[in-house]
Parts: sequence; C-alpha cells; structure tokens
Amino acid sequence: MSDLGSVISVRGLKKSYGSTQAVAGIDLTIARGEIFALLGPNGAGKTTTVEILEGFRARDSGEVSVLNTDPAIKGEAGRIWRNRIGIVLQSTSDAGDLSVKDTVAHFAKYYSNPRDVNEVIQDVGLDEKSSALIRTLSGGQRRRLDVALGIIGSPELLFLDEPTTGFDPEARRAFWALIKSLRDSGTTIVLTTHYLDEAEALADRVAVINQGKIVEVATPALLGGRATSLATVSWLSEKGAQAERTDNPTALIRKLTETYKDEIPELTVKRASLEDIYLEMIGGADGSE
Amino acid sequence: MAQNKVPSALTIGIARGGLEIKQFLRQRESVVFTLAFPIMLLGIFGSVFTNELTDGVTFSQYFVAGMIASGLVNTGFQQLAIMIPVERDFGTLKRLRGTPMPAASYFIGKVIVVFATMVAQVFLLLIAGIVFFGVNLPTDPAKWLTFTWLILLGSAASTSLGIAFSVIPKSGRGASAVVSPVVIILQFFSGVFFVFTDLPAWMQQVAAIFPLKWMTQGMRSVFLPDSFAAREVAGSWETGRTFIIILAWFIAGLFISIRTFKWDQQK
Repeated sequence: MSDLGSVISVRGLKKSYGSTQAVAGIDLTIARGEIFALLGPNGAGKTTTVEILEGFRARDSGEVSVLNTDPAIKGEAGRIWRNRIGIVLQSTSDAGDLSVKDTVAHFAKYYSNPRDVNEVIQDVGLDEKSSALIRTLSGGQRRRLDVALGIIGSPELLFLDEPTTGFDPEARRAFWALIKSLRDSGTTIVLTTHYLDEAEALADRVAVINQGKIVEVATPALLGGRATSLATVSWLSEKGAQAERTDNPTALIRKLTETYKDEIPELTVKRASLEDIYLEMIGGADGSE
Repeated sequence: MAQNKVPSALTIGIARGGLEIKQFLRQRESVVFTLAFPIMLLGIFGSVFTNELTDGVTFSQYFVAGMIASGLVNTGFQQLAIMIPVERDFGTLKRLRGTPMPAASYFIGKVIVVFATMVAQVFLLLIAGIVFFGVNLPTDPAKWLTFTWLILLGSAASTSLGIAFSVIPKSGRGASAVVSPVVIILQFFSGVFFVFTDLPAWMQQVAAIFPLKWMTQGMRSVFLPDSFAAREVAGSWETGRTFIIILAWFIAGLFISIRTFKWDQQK
C-alpha cells in the first residue's frame, strides 16, 4: 500500500469532535527527504491532522502510515517508533530552571542513537547560550532550543509546528538555513505554518488544507496555477497609472519600449504571490460550502 | 540504519530523577519552604503544648511522628497534584509524550525526587527536634527498620496518589485550591496536629480509610515508647495492617495513574 520511499502515507483520514468534522477525508503522501508544508487557516484541520500523524490523537477512520507504522501504536513498539521521529510543538514554556546544555543532554538520554549534544546546540545557534538557564532565553532562542530537543535523537522525520512565530527577520533566515541543512542531511520535514513566505522559502511541496480537506498539493511555484497565472504590468503614462493583465508580459513590454524611448516610468511586472493564490484558494473553498 | 534498542524505562527514570532533583534545588524558595516548614510547625506546636502526654512522652515527641507522616503527604501527594497540572499547562508533558520516554520513567523520576526530598526533610526535622525540642530517637533497630519501610513505601504511595489526583485540577492555576483543602482536612482528621485518640470517633473512622492516619500511627510506633501502644485506638501499633493499607493505596494510585494519566489539556 504505502509506496517505497514514502515516509508518510494517509488514505481517507477522518476525525470528528462531536458533531464538528475536523478532518473530512484526507489523502497525503510525503516522500523521504522532502520538506512538506501544510498550509491552512485556523480550524482547517491542520493541527488535528498533524497530531494524528504524531501519535497524539486517535483517528475515527482511514489508513495512516508514518515510517511504515501506525501512529496509534502503543507500548515498547511505540517507543521504538518515537525513537525515529522528532516533534517540535507549537509552544512549550517549561519552568526554565535548567541550562540549555543540561536540557539537551537530558533529552539525549531518551534515544538509542542521539546526536552530539554540543554539535546540536551549535547547529541551532545557541552555543553562546549553552550554559544559560532556559528562563533567561528570548522567545526566538527558546524556539531554537525546542528544535534542538526535536533533533537530538537524530530523527528520520521531523514535525515542526509554527516554528518561527515571534522571530525577527534575521532569526527567521538563520532558522530557515538550519531547516534546509537538516533536509540536506536526509531528514524528512513536515512543517505547518501561517507564513506563506516561509512555505515558499522552505517547502519542496505545499498542501493547502481547508475545512478538513486538501484543496491542492503542489510545489510552491506551481500552486494554484501560479506559474501560468496572468501577470500584471503597470507603468505611469501621461494619463496616469496604467495596469494591464496579460499572459504575455514580455510582448507588452516590447511594445512599451517603442513608446518610451528611454525609461518606462515606474514599470513593474507582478505575478500572483503565493499569498494571493492561497487566499483565493481558501476563499473559494469557503464560498463553495 | 535505525537502532531498535531504546534505553530502558528504568535508565531513563533514574535520569529523570536526577533532573527533577536538580530542578527542585534550583527553586530556592520552594526548597527553603519544603525543608523549613515542618521545623517551624514543630516549633509552634512544641511551644504551645508543653505538657507531657504520659510518662515522659512530650507533645513534641508525639508531634514529630505526625510531622514526618504529613511530610510524606506534602512532598508527594500535594506537591505533585499541584505541579503536574502546571507541567501539563506548560506543554512539558506533551513534549515528553512525543519522545521515546515511557510513562513509567516519568513516574520513577517523581518517586525519586519525592524520596530524596523526604530524606532531606526528615534529617533536618530530626536534628532540629533533638537540638531544640528534646526529641528522643529510637534505639531499637527494629524501629529503624519500620521507619525505613515507612519512608520508602510512604513516598511511593504518596507519589502514586499525587499523580493519580493530578487529573482532577482543570488547570495549573486552580490546582492548589483543589488539592490543599484535601490535605489540610486529612491532616486534622489523621491526628497530625492533635492526639488521635482525642478526636471524635467518627473522625477517627473517616481517617482510618486514608493512608495518612496509618503513616502517622506507623511513625508513632517508631518514635513513642511501646508502652504508648496501649493508648492507640486498637490498643496496639497494628504494624502489619499499616503496611497492607499503605501498600494497597500505593497500588490503587499506580493503577489509577496508569489508566487516567493525561499528557495534555485536550478539549
């Protein structure tokens, strides 16, 4: 059933809370070594889906295989399964009376094949804070500690839930580089995020979830027919601001260069951003109900 | 590729115990309070009730037994039933759930920190008792044996019941309001603050259901002369029964913990 090379395989997944159907039949295949992003508005079923994959929640129906194992697995076999995955939850705020290094070193003891503690601390950029108490860390530093704890067990599969909430732009860039380097070393990464630029910067593929269903799965560049969507060319003429939607912006600009010998005033060519496409997708799904 | 041999529950549990002790020691206010509070109480009650209960048994001597027994309930049951909901609110437990650490290791870690705290607390209480309040230590090795198993089994029972009770508070913030009254009422009923046989019969009967009464009585069998046993409700120390009842509570707490333990605040 689950194809070779797939790390996660989901067929017909359903989950309801009372009369509310949170997940209404989801199919997903996530390949080994990719960064897969799940996008969707709050209440779309994103968190429920991920929590089922992580083994935190039971499902109502459907087939789920994560590393060729049913996440509902319990006991010793469950431990062996968890030994192979890493989970970075949305927010964890421990009492913080331990140092970064003590905490990472302690979590290393849970796994059969942990990574080097100092190396992990360095990888997440906390080497200067290694002996600092957790409660003295900034929000972004705490988040990086969360990631350190998620990767200390050398996981084959890493779940990241809203990893960069509260980061400044520079910290986000550094964090993205870290996630890409994990992917490059062979870790499969499942990312849920609110930030479309984050999905665009990181993800090999993106799934958009709305109202418990997958609307589309594609690479960020191709999502929602983005690559072939109309481009908007805008410039300033004597009559004022001009804007034209076209499927051939190059031809339009060629024509414009004949009119304007020197410089086309305030020329821009704009493709739909991932955000435009995304909002259209979830808006469309809203309207169809 | 991936090794299938995860560290044993005991190995991780011992590591957790070390971590919990380290965490406890870094919360200075909590350390001072936990260790000094029983001594303060002994000081207050020892100063208020200066009379002898019977031939050479001071109230302080009687009260030391009650303080050690209620220390078991405070550091185990009360502390855990308040702290675990906080750990649940913070997401600490959910994070642990996502690792190969089994629930058993978490429980073992808690037993270790409770036991270590008890040892420190009892040590300091006895020193203060001897130096300031004329408390006498038993000389009979059999009494020290009773003392040892009471501390061990009492810590384990109190821990397992604290974990079991931790599902009741809805949030970390409200936990103390739910847990503390239970403990205080139990202390009054179980003869910690008063001579047990002076309490009304119905109170004694209610107390006899719960383990604190038995821990207190067990500690009295250690710290009071054997002649005092005649003044107990049953006319004897009931050591065997004490053991069985505390053991039963330990097993009940463990069973409930395994069945009902919650790792996160799910709706």
